[in-house]
Amino acid sequence: MSAKPAPCEPLIYDYGRPGRGAQSQWPAAEAAPPAIPAALRRAQPPCLPEVSELDAVRHYTRLSQLNFSIDTHFYPLGSCTMKYNPRACNAAALLPEFLGRHPLASARHSQGFLTCMYELQELLKEVTGMQGVALTPMAGAHGEFAGVAMIRAYHRSRGDLARNEIIVPAAAHGTNPATATMCGCVAREVAVGADGDVDLEALRTALGPQTAGIMLTNPSTLGVFERRIEEVARLVHEAGGLLYYDGANLNAILGKVRPGDMGFDVIHMNLHKTFSTPHGGGGPGAGAVGVGPRLLPFMPQPVVGRSIEEGAAHFHWLGTQELPQSIGRLAGFMGNAGVLLRAYVYMRMLGRAGMSRVGEFATLNSNYLLKRLQQAGFTAAYPQRRASHEFIITLKPQLQEQGVSAMDVAKRLLDFGFHAPTTYFPQLVPECLLIEPTETESKETLDAFVAAMSEVLREAATTPETLRTAPHRMPVRRLDDVRAARELDLAHRPAS
Amino acid sequence: MSNVPGDLHYARSHEWVRELPDGSVEIGISDHAQHALGDLVFVEAPAVGRTLEPGEACAVVESVKAASDVYSPVGGVVLAINEALVKAPELINQDPYGAGWIWRLRPAAALAGAGLLDASTYAAVAAAG
Amino acid sequence: MPFIPHTAADVQEMLAAIGVSEVEALFDEIPAALRVRSLERIPEGMNEQQVLQLMQQRASQDGRPLNFIGAGAYEHHIPAAVWAIITRGEFYSAYTPYQAEASQGTLQSIYEFQSMITALTGMEVANASMYDGATAVAEACLMAVRANRRSQSARILMPRSVHPNYRAVTQAMTGNQGLKLEEQAYVRERGQTSLTALAPLAGQDLTALVIQQPNFFGVLEDVDALCDWAHAQGAVVIAVVNPTSLALLKPPGQWGQRGADIVVGEGQPLGCPLSSGGPYFGFMATRQEYVRQMPGRIVGRTVDLDGRPGFTLTLQAREQHIRRGKATSNICTNQGLLMMAGTIYLGLMGAGGLERVATACMARTAELVAALTRLPGVRPGFSSARFHEAVLLLERPVAPILETLSAAGIEGGLDLAPWYPELGPALLVCATEMRSSADIATYAAALGKALAGVRAA
Repeated sequence: MSAKPAPCEPLIYDYGRPGRGAQSQWPAAEAAPPAIPAALRRAQPPCLPEVSELDAVRHYTRLSQLNFSIDTHFYPLGSCTMKYNPRACNAAALLPEFLGRHPLASARHSQGFLTCMYELQELLKEVTGMQGVALTPMAGAHGEFAGVAMIRAYHRSRGDLARNEIIVPAAAHGTNPATATMCGCVAREVAVGADGDVDLEALRTALGPQTAGIMLTNPSTLGVFERRIEEVARLVHEAGGLLYYDGANLNAILGKVRPGDMGFDVIHMNLHKTFSTPHGGGGPGAGAVGVGPRLLPFMPQPVVGRSIEEGAAHFHWLGTQELPQSIGRLAGFMGNAGVLLRAYVYMRMLGRAGMSRVGEFATLNSNYLLKRLQQAGFTAAYPQRRASHEFIITLKPQLQEQGVSAMDVAKRLLDFGFHAPTTYFPQLVPECLLIEPTETESKETLDAFVAAMSEVLREAATTPETLRTAPHRMPVRRLDDVRAARELDLAHRPAS
Repeated sequence: MSNVPGDLHYARSHEWVRELPDGSVEIGISDHAQHALGDLVFVEAPAVGRTLEPGEACAVVESVKAASDVYSPVGGVVLAINEALVKAPELINQDPYGAGWIWRLRPAAALAGAGLLDASTYAAVAAAG
Repeated sequence: MPFIPHTAADVQEMLAAIGVSEVEALFDEIPAALRVRSLERIPEGMNEQQVLQLMQQRASQDGRPLNFIGAGAYEHHIPAAVWAIITRGEFYSAYTPYQAEASQGTLQSIYEFQSMITALTGMEVANASMYDGATAVAEACLMAVRANRRSQSARILMPRSVHPNYRAVTQAMTGNQGLKLEEQAYVRERGQTSLTALAPLAGQDLTALVIQQPNFFGVLEDVDALCDWAHAQGAVVIAVVNPTSLALLKPPGQWGQRGADIVVGEGQPLGCPLSSGGPYFGFMATRQEYVRQMPGRIVGRTVDLDGRPGFTLTLQAREQHIRRGKATSNICTNQGLLMMAGTIYLGLMGAGGLERVATACMARTAELVAALTRLPGVRPGFSSARFHEAVLLLERPVAPILETLSAAGIEGGLDLAPWYPELGPALLVCATEMRSSADIATYAAALGKALAGVRAA
């Protein structure tokens, strides 16, 4: 009989003692009690930690040490673009004047900030080939919402009320159909061919007077370029629909191809992917949207405008008055300003030549890694295609022969000090790993990853049980997610 | 190789139907379906008294990796739901055709016209994945 | 090449391994007509020194005026430890915690955050954050429609005393799904939602009532009466709250007979700098029985193969990556790093510290109102109890006054004319614990001058 193992790190509450507190953080007490009517007064103080500052700092520092992160590990998560987050971007965003500026500050105290925002709009327009950019959506999914809402608004403005279907390839990210529903539309799936491109026949069948538009990622979620995109654009436009570009994979083609040139009417960008703002353990992101001429009037507000006053450039917000057909406001203020500043600094550092180097080296690293993994015995899902910035390998052969799944391989990779690639997405490819190295990783890192993957493959053949019970060297072993869902423990309840 | 009892009717969407002596029917999901879903964590059954159309999505079975709609193979009024599934959704995994029944229904029309599959036809559907 | 480590030799070796002679060959599947010639409108790149000098210049242009604006974003002291910890690479550059064994730091932090939010709000479960307070209100309305099975109308009662931007965002995000937002009046003298105006709606099919506490005017609403009235009509109560105020105010879980059903709010006051409007984070909490209707990520505590306690994302079947078209929301990335800032802030401040902050803010705002209403032509807008903001009525249009104050290095508040013209010239002011008595005196003197200047003209 063994004692139950202790948690890696206690809860912050466990450090608490009655009366303890980080009192150098407390404002001085006021002489008079606050004037709150008795019926509205809180009877019991909220149950929050009572800890010293040192205990809080130790606790959260120790928690950080339980994480994998880009700063500590190679993190080849497909479709997430885990590239290095330059610290200069953070330093600039944390300048006290930017940090302390109220969102509703007067124009006089906003010109520096608004100049950066305006220039960011212009840089994003140029690199994507779009005519307008709005910065307020706060994540990719939020940008998707804006995009589909604009498409809907466009058709409505032309009296075309029957158009409520959004076509989505079968391989699409789950946010796409979820977004269609949020916009009051219906998602309609079209098949993807064995070569990874959208099935044009299926597309022709799906198109009609009910088509509002199509949502595409290019390169697609299968890691390959949609070769007949110009044909797809022509078919959709001829049917009266619009094209939406999901920018999750923009890193593959940054500086090499522009969505606007491919015929897309509206795009969203994931600034926390392509433009290297920090992932932060789940955000904050920024999902700026770009539009072609048809959708310019519908952009979400506010957008930064530029005028000339007394011979000098002056920047200001454009709202309902200037954008009367706008789909409206999507954020409490103007979105994730701090994230936008970081993206702006990143783009200024890359500059013109740097943009295309991103696409080139992301693609080089991806194709190199794919080739080496194939040589090591892994099966590519689309071996006849060029990899974009990411590619898929399928572990179905290993599953069938040795009973080892993609999840098992992913968990075992953690023991080798690599964060696993994306698993089980896209859902179209069984037992897949979607691998995206990004351009900021060196050849040595990629080679080390191949060595680890080869070792895992060997283990799959000789000691598959090692994989099935992996990880073994992490702070915790494999966690029981069935129990987590059946016996919900979602908050610490203090002993009364 | 999933279990497909010969005395039940089936729908292509992986539900089964058992005729009860009093003319009502009992409905659940097949062994193939529970296996594909994995360990179930939650079941949302239709409300008692609700009238269902044939093929209507009326329940949800949730595992860690999926939340699937369950479609009523026949139309009719919901008479009862299996309360045991609230505390023990895993009954569907353990005994999908017995203790894992989800709801009972009074069919609005004769079963013969409902387009249900027999066991061997459904077994082929399930095997095809 | 910034951030790209490859040497020429690396590139040659890699191209050889792939079997092509140049990098451009890797793009041969892309039609030539689509290839970019040159990005002319993008300037040359800058090194780190150059770009930081540029940004310093831009920042200096904006300076640091003395701030008296609230209106949903509040200037508080943020303990230095908060940002020191969240800018550690292990938090800053981590991804969403899908691989639980490699993300226990993030996951446990989220669990602690969920615990603290439930404690503050008096509710049973909370999620891992929404984008901001405004979008959290929109998501709460959609959730109310899902959760309120008895109601078919999708009618959401939305008082005018709720933040105008929250109302606008809710309209933009729910309009396409058939929700009907119905404006409700406030009582002119008191600045509180009017129960009299609600009365004619009794007995109708109403899905939800939104109650903001304190409301946009800073006024304290009669939450018990509003909550009970809504429940009597079979409507769900959505509470929109300021987290700092919850140190002093009765939490929504205890409003009326049954408590609020869904609670949301803007988390910015907890450890997030003003930073021009974002990133912030929204929080959401609800009853246990509604947990499957709640959007966003949720972390649960469980055990590993050895029985060791650990944390993992749970109830993911509701989310977009599994449920797709039928998901509770399309939300994927949320505001993780800011939620962490909130968690560490609350961990450091505790209930005692938060109460001191809340009390100090109320005292400073009371002091500000007293000082400004001593000036001729300035009077309080409403007679009700308030938290840390107040509406002041002037006798002249507010915009030119604010412009004069801005030139003197003071952000005097928010002109309410665009949203509440019926009040006449009205200004929303706020003083937090960051404003000293000296700051308040500075403002009063400047406002006095500004008002006198106008009158002299």
